[in-house]
Amino acid sequence: MAARAIWKGNLKLNSTKIPVKLYSAVQDRAIRFHILDDKAKMRVKQHMINPESGDEVPNEEVRKGFEVEPGTFVILEEEDLEKLVPEASRDVEIKKFVSATSIPPAYYDRPYYVGPDGDQAAYFALAEALKNQEKEGIAHWVMRKQSYTGALRAEGDYLLLCTLRSADEVLSAEDLPTPAGRAPEKRELAMAQQLVELLKGDFDPKEYKDEYRQRVMEFVEKKAKGHKPRLKLVKSKSKTASLDKILSKSIESLKKEKRSARSA
Amino acid sequence: MPAVRKTRRKPATDHEEQRGARPFWSGTLTFGLVSVPVDLYPGNRNARTPLRMLGPDGVPLSRRYYSQKTEKDLDADDMIRGYEIEKDKFVLVTDDELERLAPEQSRDIDLRSFAPLEQIAPIYFDRSYFLVPSSGSEKAYKLLAETMKKSKLAGIATFVMRGKEYLVTIFPENGILRAETMRFSDEIRTPKDVGLPEKKKVPASAVKKFETVVKKHSARSFSLKTLKDERAENLRKLIARKKASKKNVVHVEVPEREEGKVVDLLDVLKKSLAGKKKAA
Repeated sequence: MAARAIWKGNLKLNSTKIPVKLYSAVQDRAIRFHILDDKAKMRVKQHMINPESGDEVPNEEVRKGFEVEPGTFVILEEEDLEKLVPEASRDVEIKKFVSATSIPPAYYDRPYYVGPDGDQAAYFALAEALKNQEKEGIAHWVMRKQSYTGALRAEGDYLLLCTLRSADEVLSAEDLPTPAGRAPEKRELAMAQQLVELLKGDFDPKEYKDEYRQRVMEFVEKKAKGHKPRLKLVKSKSKTASLDKILSKSIESLKKEKRSARSA
Repeated sequence: MPAVRKTRRKPATDHEEQRGARPFWSGTLTFGLVSVPVDLYPGNRNARTPLRMLGPDGVPLSRRYYSQKTEKDLDADDMIRGYEIEKDKFVLVTDDELERLAPEQSRDIDLRSFAPLEQIAPIYFDRSYFLVPSSGSEKAYKLLAETMKKSKLAGIATFVMRGKEYLVTIFPENGILRAETMRFSDEIRTPKDVGLPEKKKVPASAVKKFETVVKKHSARSFSLKTLKDERAENLRKLIARKKASKKNVVHVEVPEREEGKVVDLLDVLKKSLAGKKKAA
């Protein structure tokens, strides 16, 4: 079944407008647990309390504030917050293009497929142009009272719009000191590189499965039928030998693995 | 954040994410037979203007779970996780069971595969973390970081952390290992799943037209600093204005909150990277 669009708008480049629809590219598969009151085996509820008196504060009396100094709050009323709501618009404005590899992974947040809403020729032509040029567009838009910055990219033959985090939200390793400790020795480095080369391959997302999710689900199903599956105890493990020895042992065993894989 | 997390600790306060100097997870990173004990810290932070919920008199409030039956507040020990099999019927699952369900080898980040980072499309990336050597593992840590930098490869692995399995790619950045969690392939829809139309042949002239636009507006360099959160900025400005006008400002007595103190993540990371001073 086709997914429902979450938003409708236009991609706007210069004076060109391409009508599009947005679809979530993510399918949530997390196992949803409820938090229960252990005694009553009922769902819990949440409320706000004054931690000093323990008294409940009803929602309509709750105010929002920002702590400017310890114990000093600037109160923000609903009308203040409403003023921060950006002006509504249906345009996804693209004014700049950058190389498709210039934004580090930590900036990408949520991906949305962009689908054509009418003019298919223009839609597929733009996707092809971005793919050929290996570029992505920096997009700005307002959706559901929020302003977003995103990257418009080619994903195969289609267009993908990924929301981007702001620079404030991403910690950069450039602001951190390099870890303490001595630099690795040449010999160790050579061996470690040899090891990594042996493990080198192409990234294939299909190779990785969330096996744990499946185990939890199977466990829940068994329990639902009244079984009580036995589970192993968690063991802690012990330490090992020198780096040098471990590296050469690793290389040996990997080579052996590869040899037997080839002869099989 | 996985839904599972909620009952693992004390009920979450409004902006718990910003708090606490403890690592999010501690474990072992392995490649070959080399094991590197590491601490994992968040590499993303929420917009820096968290609003607090206050009472009518300005007292900061706490969010609490309470029982529908007794209407009394509940502590972490009074709560359990339940999976709803039919309406209002739950299968109970404890923290201990969830922990035991993870096979032993899945509790380490075992780098069994390395690939160029550029091969991973942004559609996969979810959240960012830093791996910091825990005391004693600096040597092996630096060796792995340096090796990946030299070979221009990122390590890929799956591991179970706090009741959820993660697919992760690890690569060095300024000598520090960044761990980027990724969505599993079954968590990503295909254009076909979504119902996007099949591509039709597009006239070369139409493609050329867009290529010209793209070229014309291509920035030679791009500063990440230009990626801004407009709302957060406007909020900060509004707060500054209100503070200066002295209207709508309340003062309350707050007890020393050691546990609840807002800590800057960057400071926490700097401290852990400086290496723990061993007692003489």
